[in-house]
Amino acid sequence: MNRLGTFLVAAAAVFAVAVPFFLKPFGIYLISMWAVLTIAAIGLNLTLGYAGQVSMAQGAFVGIGAYTVALLTQADVPYAAAFVAAGLFCFAVGWVLGYPALRVQHHYLAFVTLAFNTLVFLVLRNEEWLTNGIYGINSIARPAFFGWSTGKALDFYFFCLGALTVLSLATWWILRSPWGRAFVALRENPVRALSLGLDTRRYTLIAFAIGSSLAGLAGALYAPLVQYIEPNSFGLGMSFNLLLMVIVGGSGYFFGPFLGALVAVLLPEWMRITEGYYLIVYAMFVMVMMAFCPSGLLGLVERALKAVGRRTPSPILRSEGVGQ
Amino acid sequence: MASFIQLLVSGLATGAIYALIAVGFTLLWQTSQTINFAQGEFVMLPAFFILAAMNLGAPFWLATLIGLLLSIVVLGLLFKLIIVDPMLRYGVLPLVISTIALSLFLKEAAKDFYSSQAQPFPALVPATDLNVFGAVISLQSLAVLAIAVATVLALHFLLNKTRLGRCMQATAQNPTLARILGIPVERMVLYTFLINGVLVAIASILISPIYLAKFTNGETLGIAAFLAAIIGGFNQVRGAILGGVILGILDNLSAAYLSSQYRGAFPLIILIAVILLRPQGLLGRVEERTV
Repeated sequence: MNRLGTFLVAAAAVFAVAVPFFLKPFGIYLISMWAVLTIAAIGLNLTLGYAGQVSMAQGAFVGIGAYTVALLTQADVPYAAAFVAAGLFCFAVGWVLGYPALRVQHHYLAFVTLAFNTLVFLVLRNEEWLTNGIYGINSIARPAFFGWSTGKALDFYFFCLGALTVLSLATWWILRSPWGRAFVALRENPVRALSLGLDTRRYTLIAFAIGSSLAGLAGALYAPLVQYIEPNSFGLGMSFNLLLMVIVGGSGYFFGPFLGALVAVLLPEWMRITEGYYLIVYAMFVMVMMAFCPSGLLGLVERALKAVGRRTPSPILRSEGVGQ
Repeated sequence: MASFIQLLVSGLATGAIYALIAVGFTLLWQTSQTINFAQGEFVMLPAFFILAAMNLGAPFWLATLIGLLLSIVVLGLLFKLIIVDPMLRYGVLPLVISTIALSLFLKEAAKDFYSSQAQPFPALVPATDLNVFGAVISLQSLAVLAIAVATVLALHFLLNKTRLGRCMQATAQNPTLARILGIPVERMVLYTFLINGVLVAIASILISPIYLAKFTNGETLGIAAFLAAIIGGFNQVRGAILGGVILGILDNLSAAYLSSQYRGAFPLIILIAVILLRPQGLLGRVEERTV
């Protein structure tokens, strides 16, 4: 990590800690949502951006995580245990979903995961004995740790920010480990990876499972943040949104999801003045960006840095200089 | 038995509409590797073109004609020029993202610039029922079925019996070789986009009287088109037709006899089974470059 990168990350971290003190409760809610969605997007970035496996079911995993936590905490299981359970459960389901990925690639995989997402939605909606169907689950409590209650918006934001920090450091570590290299090999040239003795089957499953468990953990934060969950929140719309976040930020860049989630969460608010039209503007923005810079905002930054010719792009943009 | 025939006919009618949408979808895939995630919205939109033309005072037949033309120009020509062409060189995924954004755009545009309420849409034939051997069959289902079958037959004739159609097939199967043989590949690709514009417009005219014209119509229709295309075979027109028909019938029969809550799940389960056991689809050829 060079000096510019370190400086930028430190500045962003200071900003993330300081900014809620200047915000109204709704603003704090929004940046909490940003932190939560960033975690899910980091997971998808790992699966899609690094390992190259298209998944359109990330929203379903957020849903599974959210419902796991909501149901367990209402059954008086401590939040911490429910949080871990959500991650583990999504890890297991993600692992199973990885099996189709072993057989099919690209658009076929996109459609399998898309079908999976719709199936999860149907189960959440129809199994009323478990999920309360379309009425959803109400008044999900925010957790307390060792006497620190996260009931207030500000406290809960710091809890989310803490989780984001820990999970993104863990992801950073995974990506720098041999696993991370294996994921990139999987994306760049699976045949060559296999011929070099890499167990591509296992790494595909691991990539899916880790990506899904991050979504599950994001769901575990989402439930107490929103305090009311219902099946419609976790349909295809959520998955498409997370996919757009990863792509808009820059897929395969470590900090892509942070930026993509920021755009997706804040843009609608900045564009309140345009009344209902922000989704139109957002959609146009995505289309224009795909046409001119499919590697996302960070891809644009990298291109700009190259054009200036000052230095080779900061490695903070690309984990260890790997990327598209 | 009577209700079974009823369900079968309405299932066939729905399936025929799905087939139209899925055929357009597979045509775009075959000639340009475009996976159009906005295909459902493409079906939703022409109904609004027609309603808008009628609001300006055009009679229904003229409005339909205007809707068809607008659909060919906007959803065929402009879609290709503005969205697809600049992105072909980046491969499949960016284009997928872009069409997802396009579907969002079209949905929101229909909502904001026309109406968020479901709009009644004039039916082609009066809503009367026929009594055939004790089964009550709506004239509308029969008309839908007849028009859809006629459209598919016309397309089949175009693709297989005319020189133009053969050129298009050659383009789909091997663009490089087609170019060497002197086929204007770019123009053939453009034609498939225009044909898709026609197909979605016809599907829109057929389905809107049943479901009403609503900006969210595309969500289910788009997914139905993917499912039909994959179940039948991504790279075969007749596969898409088969897939559409299977889907329509399955949808109606499973809702009646198995579980109406999980009617949406049966096609997905078949989809997953097909992808895992026969990824090329029921009638598809094996494509080495994709699997």
